[in-house]
Amino acid sequence: MSHGPSATGGAALKTGGHGHHEKHVPVFVGETEKRLQELLTRYPTKQAALLPALWMLQEARGWVSEEGMAEVATVLGLTPAYVKGVVTFYTMYHQHPVGKHFIQVCTTSPCHVCGAEDVVKAFLEQTGCGELGVTSADGKYTVIEVECLGACGFATPVMVNSDFLESITPATVADVLKRYG
Amino acid sequence: MGYPHKPHPRETQVLSTHFGTADARTAEGWKQRGGYKALQNALGMDPLAIQQVVKDSGLRGRGGAGFPTGLKWSFMKQGDGKPHYLCCNADESEPGTFKDREIMRWTPHALIEGCAIGAYAIGAETAYIYIRGEFTEPLDVMERAVAEARAAGIIGKNAMGSGKTVDVWVHKGAGAYICGEETALMNSLEGKRGNPRIKPPFPAVAGLFGMPTTINNVETLTAVPHILNNGADWYKKMSRPDNPKSTGTKLWSVCGNITRPGNYEVEMGFPFGEFLQDLCGGAPNGRKIKAVIPGGSSVPIITWEEAESAVMDYEGMVAAGTMLGSAGCIVIDEAQSMPRQIARLARFYAHESCAQCTQCREGTAWTTKILERICAGDGTAEDLDTLLSIADNMTGKTICVLSDSCATPVVSGLQRWRHEFEALITRKTVHAVPAVVA
Ligand SMILES: Cc1cc2nc3c(=O)[nH]c(=O)nc-3n(C[C@H](O)[C@H](O)[C@H](O)COP(=O)(O)O)c2cc1C
Ligand code: FES
Repeated sequence: MSHGPSATGGAALKTGGHGHHEKHVPVFVGETEKRLQELLTRYPTKQAALLPALWMLQEARGWVSEEGMAEVATVLGLTPAYVKGVVTFYTMYHQHPVGKHFIQVCTTSPCHVCGAEDVVKAFLEQTGCGELGVTSADGKYTVIEVECLGACGFATPVMVNSDFLESITPATVADVLKRYG
Repeated sequence: MGYPHKPHPRETQVLSTHFGTADARTAEGWKQRGGYKALQNALGMDPLAIQQVVKDSGLRGRGGAGFPTGLKWSFMKQGDGKPHYLCCNADESEPGTFKDREIMRWTPHALIEGCAIGAYAIGAETAYIYIRGEFTEPLDVMERAVAEARAAGIIGKNAMGSGKTVDVWVHKGAGAYICGEETALMNSLEGKRGNPRIKPPFPAVAGLFGMPTTINNVETLTAVPHILNNGADWYKKMSRPDNPKSTGTKLWSVCGNITRPGNYEVEMGFPFGEFLQDLCGGAPNGRKIKAVIPGGSSVPIITWEEAESAVMDYEGMVAAGTMLGSAGCIVIDEAQSMPRQIARLARFYAHESCAQCTQCREGTAWTTKILERICAGDGTAEDLDTLLSIADNMTGKTICVLSDSCATPVVSGLQRWRHEFEALITRKTVHAVPAVVA
């Protein structure tokens, strides 16, 4: 849920300039449409495919735009306002474009006592982002803090896009960034 | 624990036997290790007979509340003509807890088998495994395993040639701790905001899609095939001789200031002090353990002295002043400031409140604000009483217990480490928590 005071979550991102007003090209055509139809057979209601459909939209476009939400609403027989209400509840749907590499560092207590703050600092410095939720000038990175990633024994877990990295320390941040140029 | 380290000789490996064994991830590999025998047998049994075995075993829910699993299954009215559903709770977001992730990564077919048996036992033809969106690797592994099991005729129509339909699907969450709460999970699966529902009606009457539903944790369901294979008595024996209420093995996730973090599987009744020192290696760098949160961040924080003599089962943890919860054990050493750690926990709950209930929405945010102020050296003498009064207003008054979970570390922390808070207030020492970014 993203109404809270922390920087985590799509809703808390500082909005970047680029990409906001590109014309929306429909996502649910061809293969993607076929995949959605297959998904619909798993549930007794169309609405149940909403989270999966939003994932398909985000995978295709990198974020969830108003126009994208409207398309999802149409294919599932919902209203755009309803879809937006659902999108804003969850932290993983980006409501704004983000850097090419979206970096999430867990800072919840178990990771916090293992030094997660220093990992965050190293990422902010070495990506040039400087601040949480701000995309670096070259458009490559966005860094946010995230709440418990469910891998507390591997402090500090870090997600880069959909890759899940374990046991990251300030010393290994440079290596991580080398892999995600 | 088997992964990432070798198992300790004092562990009892049942669920974790194949952690770290890549071969066990395929349907064939799973069958070679005795997998899907329990499902094959179960599909030829009367569902009520399966429920009885699970009841007799004493298995209790591993998701946090410890509700007896067989009893929960018996609430599902057989033959009512309605579709029934099984939800498998793989949202695993309780700070300190990372056991279900390991089960799914290494033994996906164990979970599928548990789900299929559970579904059949409650008269459901469909089971959904709701996995948190951040678990990208477990999601991939589970998706692949489910597709493989379906292609092999293990699940689907005519599961294992039994003529019965048992389908299992993976559903991906999108980031929200609250979706681990059972009714919030159902709303989320239905394509709604993950707000918990008012109970009653209970899920067994009107759950997912308004139909009778049972929800169980990953670890709970994964234990079921072992119970069917080895019998209720085998499971029951893994307990303290004088406590039949906690049976079987339990996976403990251990993290924080601990030398060997990871998942450990021990029998119910294991001595907690020896566990933390001998198996997990105690606090690192020769420091002492100061505090332990044994069951995930929502249970009371206890001191090392309380933890040392505690017994690792549901009743043992209650006797020590805390709860077993999800067995996500967070260890905090003497170098840490308790007010600072409690402030960070409060911030977690403030971020994760679904904001439906006023006591929770306002209480979690207000608690966080006061605690962060105290840590910044700006606390006042009245702050501690205010915290306790807010905590009181947050306990037992909301739709779900997220609110209570935020009050728990505050109250238990103030009971035990009030002097640390007072020192911050009177001496204005600064233990700054990281700045809150809007
Ligand atoms: C805020 C909140 C979060 C929860 N998160 C989880 C979770 O991530 N996984 C889980 O299995 N149970 C979680 N639970 C407990 C579930 O509501 C439910 O009791 C459990 O899934 C039932 O399964 P069991 O009987 O097998 O334990 C949570 C409860 C609350 C109130
Ligand atoms: S607290 Fe960082 S993964 Fe759980």
